[in-house]
Amino acid sequence: MGERTTVPGASGGGPLPPLIGLGRDLRARGLPVGTGRILTFVRAVGALGFTDRDSLYWAGRTTMIARRDDVEAFDEAFDDWYRSLRTTDDLRVELNMPVPAPEDDDEPIDRGPEPDDLEVQVAAASEWHGVDDDEEVEPGDESSIRIVASGAEVLRSKSFGELTDEERERVAALIRSLRLRVPVERTRRTRPASKGERFDLRRTLRRSLRTQGEPFDRAWRARTARRRPLVLILDISGSMAPYSRALMQFAYAAMAAGRRVETFVFGTRLTRVTRTLRTKDPDRALHEIGRQVEDWEGGTRIGESLKALLDGWSQRAALRGAVVVFCSDGLERGDPELLKIQMARLRRLAHRVIWVNPLKGSPRYEPLARGMAAALPSVDVFLSGHNLESLEHLASTLGS
Amino acid sequence: MPGFPFDSVDELQGALGEHSYLADRGLATAIYLSLSLGKPLLLEGEAGVGKTEVAKTLSHLLGRELIRLQCYEGIDASQALYEWNYSRQLIAVRAMDAADAATHVEDLFGEDFLVERPLLAAIKAGDRAVLLVDELDRADDEFEAFLLEILSEFAVTVPEVGRVAAQTPPAVVVTSNRTRELHDALKRRCLYHWIDHPHLDREVAIVRARAPHVSESLARDVAEAVARLRELDLAKLPGVAETIDWANALAFLGADGLTEPLAADTLGAVVKDHEDQQLVSARLGQVVGEDG
Repeated sequence: MGERTTVPGASGGGPLPPLIGLGRDLRARGLPVGTGRILTFVRAVGALGFTDRDSLYWAGRTTMIARRDDVEAFDEAFDDWYRSLRTTDDLRVELNMPVPAPEDDDEPIDRGPEPDDLEVQVAAASEWHGVDDDEEVEPGDESSIRIVASGAEVLRSKSFGELTDEERERVAALIRSLRLRVPVERTRRTRPASKGERFDLRRTLRRSLRTQGEPFDRAWRARTARRRPLVLILDISGSMAPYSRALMQFAYAAMAAGRRVETFVFGTRLTRVTRTLRTKDPDRALHEIGRQVEDWEGGTRIGESLKALLDGWSQRAALRGAVVVFCSDGLERGDPELLKIQMARLRRLAHRVIWVNPLKGSPRYEPLARGMAAALPSVDVFLSGHNLESLEHLASTLGS
Repeated sequence: MPGFPFDSVDELQGALGEHSYLADRGLATAIYLSLSLGKPLLLEGEAGVGKTEVAKTLSHLLGRELIRLQCYEGIDASQALYEWNYSRQLIAVRAMDAADAATHVEDLFGEDFLVERPLLAAIKAGDRAVLLVDELDRADDEFEAFLLEILSEFAVTVPEVGRVAAQTPPAVVVTSNRTRELHDALKRRCLYHWIDHPHLDREVAIVRARAPHVSESLARDVAEAVARLRELDLAKLPGVAETIDWANALAFLGADGLTEPLAADTLGAVVKDHEDQQLVSARLGQVVGEDG
């Protein structure tokens, strides 16, 4: 970091506004394009030296996005932007633009950072440092649930479908205050320990210097433990309507259980909502998800949605070794055979599969729906999730 | 740019081709920018699309040493940066005269006892090296944070020896199979390129370049069959590496084109998942292009 602190063209005017414009367009489409990326883009265009469409496209795509899922949005934004550029014929201006010298950091001073951008950076930074909290955990933690005030005792056992609006608010707050614990797994990373399975030559040598090179005092290392990933998959189809909003609150609470938590929702198709749920304000997060998800309270295709998850995310969302919570009534409109196969796949990848079915709350319920029957052989724990009490139970089951 | 012999993306693309790496325009641009802006290049893509090969080809092309850091779960600084040779130190300590051991202690932490690991080697080599950080997604978050530090400074302080810094940073290629998302902080520091499966003609050309003894007709048959395989609903899609393996296997059996029986015998070279194999076996004729 140093003396070079201005964004070229930041003074307004000059040849850069069109280039910066692309960055703004991308931001407007919700892509996390910070000023650093825009700056790199400007330098990239400078380095390429000429400005045919292809060069601009690739210069933009390599510098401004870093996720395959963003490619489509980038393509759209780029097309629009390029078209607008053509009409004003700003292109040639860039030709003689000096290449800004390499910066050694990518957080340059910015022309009044936009609040969104700042938020993204702050969020990224806090994620980055939030290591100690859930990484080095001793195994065998008791699951802890906050005790719910006794006045709420009635609310606890009342089905979500029967709540009044006012009760719904109170229950939502209670759900959000649930504390979830995910079990730990042992990693291959080691740390110094008084007893352990690996000999620590480094520390042993250090200590031996005190005793004229005689390694009397031997040192050991032990493997560390960390929380398993937690993956929530929520059914938001029409038949789940009375419960899905409560389950979203549960998902919000779950985000606090560690950094490796992913949430997906599905009706007829799968949507990842993890990023949205990371916002501070739960109401805003839920509102935002409602906007994102196109198939809220529509039909159900469990098998296909699960397949989309396994195909697209088994690598990334760390399903491997994860605790998976699947919330659905199992009323499958698609092919139960597909669901059966996909559940078996999930079972092989995951550490534990917990199925939460609100219908199970009814004493007369039997898992006869074809979808549910197909899924059950691959389910480790089958729970109900129709009221607060059952979600508390779910929270404590996770840790075991 | 110092030590950077290419004036345009086209020139670089051509040079890569001469080294049997057929990059498309997007990848060539990404490599060109990475070299000219001095930023690490982060490559993601399905397994077997040639991410690692980029770094290897680049080292040949630039006449630089390839330094490879293979990441794995639990990797830490002592395996990536440097470590002391403790066994040797212990022996040296034992051999010392007890009386003047104290004065000799600092000898124990000289260059003689330092075991250089890939990152330190890359820092020392500077622009004489291409550093490949392979499969970074296998390492854990802590290691990623550590790597970020190294990538921003290209300098490291070994307490007992002093500061080692690269005059000019090496070219850096980072690959990831996306078994997890990398942190934004690291991504911000890098240029990003997603390598897709190549188009048919390019794949044929790649097979021909990488396995020259495979005939044109066989290469095309295999590439077409693989393209059809990728349209099937497989859990593990075959990459370019599999295409080349398959063509090699078939050429080894003396084939000049792909037939259904040949495909059945050699399916294991390209489809490596039991359930996928069952699915493909049932439609082998269609895959080979013999019926329909």
